Amino acid sequence: MFNNIKIWFHQGKQFIPDVRNVKVPGIFRGRPIISLETVDEKALVDCCPTNAISTSPVAIDLGKCTFCGECAFRFPEKVVFTTDYKISTNERSRLIIKEGIDEPIVLNKNIIPKDFKSMFGRSLKLRQVSAGGDNSCEWELNAANNVQFDMSRFGIEFVASPRHADGIVITGPITVNMAEPLQICYDATPDPKMVVLCGTDAISGGIFEGSPALDRSFLDRHTVDLYIPGNPAHPLTVINALLALTGRE
Amino acid sequence: MQTLQIKNNQSVPVSEIPGMDYGAFFDLNTGLVDRKSQRHCVNYFGIPDGGRILLFCCIADDDEQIIHLSSCRVNPTQKYASFTARLFCFEKFEREIHENFGINYSDHPWLKPVRYAFDRADKSQTIANYPFYSIDSEELHEVGVGPIHAGIIEPGHFRFICNGEQILHLEIQLGYQHRGIEKLYLKPQKLSQLATLAENITGDTVVGHSTAFAQVWESLCGFETTPNMDLSRIVALELERIAIHTGDLSAACTDIAYQLGSSVYGRLRTPIVNFMQEWCGNRLSKGLIRPGQDRFPFTQELADRLSSILDIFEPDFTEMNKQLFSLPSALSRFERTGVVSVADAASIGVVGMAARTSGVNRDIRSSHPTGLYNEIRHEAIVKHHGDVYSRVQLRKNEVIQSIGYLRRLIAGLPVKTENIGLKSPSSNMFALSLVEGWRGEICHCAITGTKGELIHYKIKDPSFHNWLALALSVRNNEISDFPICNKSFNLSYSGHDL
Repeated sequence: MFNNIKIWFHQGKQFIPDVRNVKVPGIFRGRPIISLETVDEKALVDCCPTNAISTSPVAIDLGKCTFCGECAFRFPEKVVFTTDYKISTNERSRLIIKEGIDEPIVLNKNIIPKDFKSMFGRSLKLRQVSAGGDNSCEWELNAANNVQFDMSRFGIEFVASPRHADGIVITGPITVNMAEPLQICYDATPDPKMVVLCGTDAISGGIFEGSPALDRSFLDRHTVDLYIPGNPAHPLTVINALLALTGRE
Repeated sequence: MQTLQIKNNQSVPVSEIPGMDYGAFFDLNTGLVDRKSQRHCVNYFGIPDGGRILLFCCIADDDEQIIHLSSCRVNPTQKYASFTARLFCFEKFEREIHENFGINYSDHPWLKPVRYAFDRADKSQTIANYPFYSIDSEELHEVGVGPIHAGIIEPGHFRFICNGEQILHLEIQLGYQHRGIEKLYLKPQKLSQLATLAENITGDTVVGHSTAFAQVWESLCGFETTPNMDLSRIVALELERIAIHTGDLSAACTDIAYQLGSSVYGRLRTPIVNFMQEWCGNRLSKGLIRPGQDRFPFTQELADRLSSILDIFEPDFTEMNKQLFSLPSALSRFERTGVVSVADAASIGVVGMAARTSGVNRDIRSSHPTGLYNEIRHEAIVKHHGDVYSRVQLRKNEVIQSIGYLRRLIAGLPVKTENIGLKSPSSNMFALSLVEGWRGEICHCAITGTKGELIHYKIKDPSFHNWLALALSVRNNEISDFPICNKSFNLSYSGHDL
């Protein structure tokens, strides 16, 4: 027992006290800023592996972006990735960052269902469904619940059954083989419920967009309440997104 | 008949690979592997060839450090004798060939679907009606788990046949993660797209798969890596091994309800993945490895930073190990649980970590070394009991071994040499790369067409071999020990399903 206490003592303070404002270490690629510099736009569009860049005006769609940083490498004067990890929103169009705009990405409060704050503001239980994900978002969702990020301090937890859940978190581009299990899981979740897309693969298909092995029709049938971009989504991005959706920025 | 012998990362003209009739192909390849523990099949696949199927078999010889290549043209309407009837290690490969091309085998004992690929030969088979093995008995019951599991993990269906609490048989059905990656490689794509695809094969082995892809591509293009590129790759591979092994030690503790171990190992993974973020901007190393590039050179500053991170990591890791590995309640859950016998491991052809814990010395870092692995002269850690305890011990020991390698590697950084640009791939070539990821050997094979375009891309994750080892390990165990058995392997669903 004394050894256990010693180890416990040696860990020091591990948890991040303020997950809303903490700085991430290193060169994290979060929200990009696109300058008004003139560059070879065709080359800029071409360098993106997932066709996330469009022109007039030049814009990056974070729902398609894999955050590989290729555009910032080739055109450092045009694209800079900041360490701003609060990049989630509930309206698909808000994920498109246009040139010359350097503003935080926020949720559209008008379209958050009215009862989300009162129902889920202090306790939110989620069921995660990996629908063709590559296991990277799954690692980060697990990390969101480790002793450092400690998402459960906000009453947000992942549960084993959809029947215990207030919503589902989908990772991965949704494969043909997972389409039915996903629908069954959604149906088994009681109302009111939310649908959260976590990671670029889930939001747009990412690098797998257009693959004949995908069936994304689930998203045509259901409203998405939250888009969490990233490849994978950073635990801080996930936590801040869920806090914002439940009225706790 | 003779095979064509190549080295790891070598590319050869497809026309030089000896073709033969099926009888000779059968005798040659089964003869190479039969009762030769130093040889195993690293890849065996087919490509469509004008109504026929061209099969390529790649057998690695660990002693000679070579890979034997041979090929055979078969007719999908005919029936063939299966390699599997003679040697179980070909089981999955032949099932895959059967699923993709409809080739029938007269004596394959377990010709079931592998992953329900979107372009499979028989579309009438769907994932919802997989032909599970069953035993008709009033004393036995079945337990079905998945595809969606209780935790935040990937989907797959496990069907147990139990006698009371005891597992008699487990059948694992996969395919839910199938995204059609191999076919996406064949679309006309930019190099950045192909590299991004490699990173997204399986998110826990980003460095392993993207290095395998980079090496295949560089081999096709006749590109020589520079010393600084070699350093970046080996440092990233070993860091990935440390991060995942540490995370899995945490998961093993979670599954035996040892909270302190779970928390401590869990938090120890963070400084390692955060270092990856400091280095390349992504905790799981996405964006780091690109063919022909050293995108994020490993600078002296990073070396100093890593060295100070390891200095803090190591004592905390060792302290926790000491406690866990002397805790009777933990050891009693680990020891003799989930055993894969040495004979079974050799017979089904397991690779990587799962092989090394069952007495089979199989490690690409020492048997087919590339880059700086030639210099560090890796010696594989081998355990012999094949139980959960061996797998947990192996993880602990490999983390310590990798920290030692990293300290040596970053002690003197190579002078940065500028890369000479990457040319385009040569035409009509076959290239093969083997990389020892943290889970085991990753094998990527590429074949180019007349214009140097990819006409076939084959990915093999170590999980492809090792899922069967998990199914065998749980036999006669209590079903409540399944999670700890599963976690001790931590196999990839996405790497298997592709």
